[in-house]
Amino acid sequence: MKGLRKLVDNVKPTFMEGGKLSFLASTFDAIETFLFVPNTTTKKGAHVRDCIDMKRTMFFVVLALIPAFLFGCYNTGSQVGLEGFTAFWYGLVRVLPMVAVSYIVGLGIEIIYAQIRKEEVAEGYFVTGFLIPMIMPVSTPLWMVALGVAFAVIFGKEVFGGTGMNVFNPALVARAFVFFAFTPQMSGEKVWFSDWKMMGAADATTGATALEQLATTGQMQWSVMDAFLGFIPGSFGETSTLCILLGGLLLLWTGIASWRTMLSVFAGGLAMGYLFQAVGLTEYPAYYHLLVGGFAFGAVFMATDPVTSAQTNTGKYIVGLMTGALAVLVRVVNPAYPEGMMLAILFMNALAPTVDYFVVEANINRRKNRIKSVK
Amino acid sequence: MSKIIKLRKGLDINLQGAAAESLVELPMAAEYAVSPLDFENVTPKLLVKVGDKVKAGTPLFFDKNNQRVLFCSPVSGTVSAVNRGEKRKILNVTVAADKNQESEEFATLDLQKATREEVIEMLLKSGLWTMILQRPYGIVANPADQPKAIFVSAFDSAPLAPNMNFVLKGQKENLQKGFEVLAKIAGTTPHLSLNAKAEGEMASLKGVELHTFEGKHPVGNVGVQIHHIDPIAKGDIVWTVNIQDVAAIGRLFATGKVDLTKVVALTGSEVENPQYYRIISGAPVASIIAGNIKKQAEGDSVRVISGNVLTGKAVAEDGYVSATANQITVIPEGDKYEMLGWIAPRFGKFSVSRSYFSWLCPKKQYKLDTNLNGGVRPFVVTGLFEEYLPMDIYPMYLFKAIIAGDIDKMENLGIYEIVEEDIALCEFVDPSKTEIQQLVRDGINLMIKEC
Repeated sequence: MKGLRKLVDNVKPTFMEGGKLSFLASTFDAIETFLFVPNTTTKKGAHVRDCIDMKRTMFFVVLALIPAFLFGCYNTGSQVGLEGFTAFWYGLVRVLPMVAVSYIVGLGIEIIYAQIRKEEVAEGYFVTGFLIPMIMPVSTPLWMVALGVAFAVIFGKEVFGGTGMNVFNPALVARAFVFFAFTPQMSGEKVWFSDWKMMGAADATTGATALEQLATTGQMQWSVMDAFLGFIPGSFGETSTLCILLGGLLLLWTGIASWRTMLSVFAGGLAMGYLFQAVGLTEYPAYYHLLVGGFAFGAVFMATDPVTSAQTNTGKYIVGLMTGALAVLVRVVNPAYPEGMMLAILFMNALAPTVDYFVVEANINRRKNRIKSVK
Repeated sequence: MSKIIKLRKGLDINLQGAAAESLVELPMAAEYAVSPLDFENVTPKLLVKVGDKVKAGTPLFFDKNNQRVLFCSPVSGTVSAVNRGEKRKILNVTVAADKNQESEEFATLDLQKATREEVIEMLLKSGLWTMILQRPYGIVANPADQPKAIFVSAFDSAPLAPNMNFVLKGQKENLQKGFEVLAKIAGTTPHLSLNAKAEGEMASLKGVELHTFEGKHPVGNVGVQIHHIDPIAKGDIVWTVNIQDVAAIGRLFATGKVDLTKVVALTGSEVENPQYYRIISGAPVASIIAGNIKKQAEGDSVRVISGNVLTGKAVAEDGYVSATANQITVIPEGDKYEMLGWIAPRFGKFSVSRSYFSWLCPKKQYKLDTNLNGGVRPFVVTGLFEEYLPMDIYPMYLFKAIIAGDIDKMENLGIYEIVEEDIALCEFVDPSKTEIQQLVRDGINLMIKEC
């Protein structure tokens, strides 16, 4: 450790103001703070601080994504007829370029912006960059991923002022961009299956996703258990409700994601599903909605994004319920988009500040009345 | 007695180095200091020169913003220095103490007959008026105002805070007298908030409206108590007094002399024998900590804090105890790098987040250093601050209103009800490492300027 610290201290002046490479100060800082928790001490206010910081918070979200990611690797292979470890390796090899593109393009842009603003590089993209490959169909061309990432980081985040200031969840902005810009390539049956012929992958295995099957025929060819465990086609990381829930548990346990949001998204989706079932618009059970497509993934990892979701506790219930209900509404009523989760979350991202506004106004009025009533 | 007010929100940070209940009577120190920086929004104007002879209670400077308010010497002696910082800003005025202590003599008043004006005048002249603080804003009260009420908290819930029942042992008569004075200047019965299950002698004080609170820090903060007893609305003015200062006010009115002795706790993980010391206000920190700090390894240093770890001020080892402090805390400086600390399990560290393991041992006492534990970032996490502010306030929205400089919003969202100490825990838990106490003070200063 001491040797590494010495090395960092030796090269530091080169990157600081006045050094030859001072234009790379933010990059250097990002690497240094990755390696070492800085020696900054408190100056004003509280002299001691909680040990948690943004890096650890974001790291735990990435940790929570791991089960779904690992299962995604396996399922990618499994969907093209592979089994066991071969399936997993196939999937891992298939997805790594996408992860690499997402991080290189996204972090590259983030670092440039941090450099321009002379700020430290924010950690938000560690999560976003991992989320993006997980919500893309596995055969999405890399250039599309790159384009989607660039669009999301620049127009979804940096134009608003960077991490913490964005209105829409950047990962979903990337997904929506790719979906609407390249609709022909990004819908249909082929894109959900890997097109790489290697390790003995069978070719031309295609078929409709569970979501599409439910939307068109009201049935799906997989058992409920398969759908819950995730052995169905779909975007890379979204298929296994079980693995997603494992990650969800970690987020709830550490308190990093809001249980209010998560629970109410599921409740809202379920309630809407039952409603449609009751009026006879759908014939399959309402809980199918929670098992297929991106519902669970969205509820656990996207709707709970603290920056773009509601900020007040009451607001979190309202926005969560509406997100779940809206997702199922789009799925059932709108035949053009079999998946409603992405649009529901993005729409509620836009609405969340308004919901919060009314919650805060209620607080202001309550405080005024309280003071009157005491007198 | 009224019912117990229970607060669910808050946090008791369990630190090493609580003071043992033994009291050291310190001899007279060589020098004492009075600093305008111990008070908010004071612009000092000097009344003495270096070399002047003063007694305890002789004015050293007054506040240009609040001209009747005098800041007086705590001891008799010779003015030895006026220390100035940047732009000749006065940092403190020091007085070299005489061997034989003398005080200015004030005619004792019969509180039954004296008018409110006479009582206020005596407090102003003796310099004890500076103990009366005003909410909103947490500044020295304006003697021309008529407050809605006066609030006193009988206990301190901050980390390693002194036990006020121990600190004020034997002061009951002075406290009683002090509350009579407060009743006189308030025109109503003063409110006194007790700590449930540790009410002590103070429960038997007369002429006060007693309240009982139970919960975690900041339950002992007078601002939090006011919020639950009779919240401050726009246009309201209430006054608050530190419980030790009530006793000092009582002593003044009982004897006609200025006696600013008080008891402070020396606490913190780096103190050899944490215990209590009787000092005179403004004593040098060194007179208390000398010889009682643990030996540090090479390259390590300590931070001495006048006050508690959440709201106190860092002082140099040749600095002075601030007028408002009831304790001195000594903790290790955290100016060390930690390799991959953000990803390591870090078993010995404390966090309210379950991404660490401190939740497994809630009784464990921690040794926290001054490391910021991360980089400063924009606000990201939501719903966290609310858990550590036991008031019906949306802290995040209030902080954002302050950042935006939106006076209307600040007013509506509760700026009148808080001062720095009330939101110090928000600053402690914030993963974005924002300087929230400074932010709130900036917001308050904007309110003072604009309204």
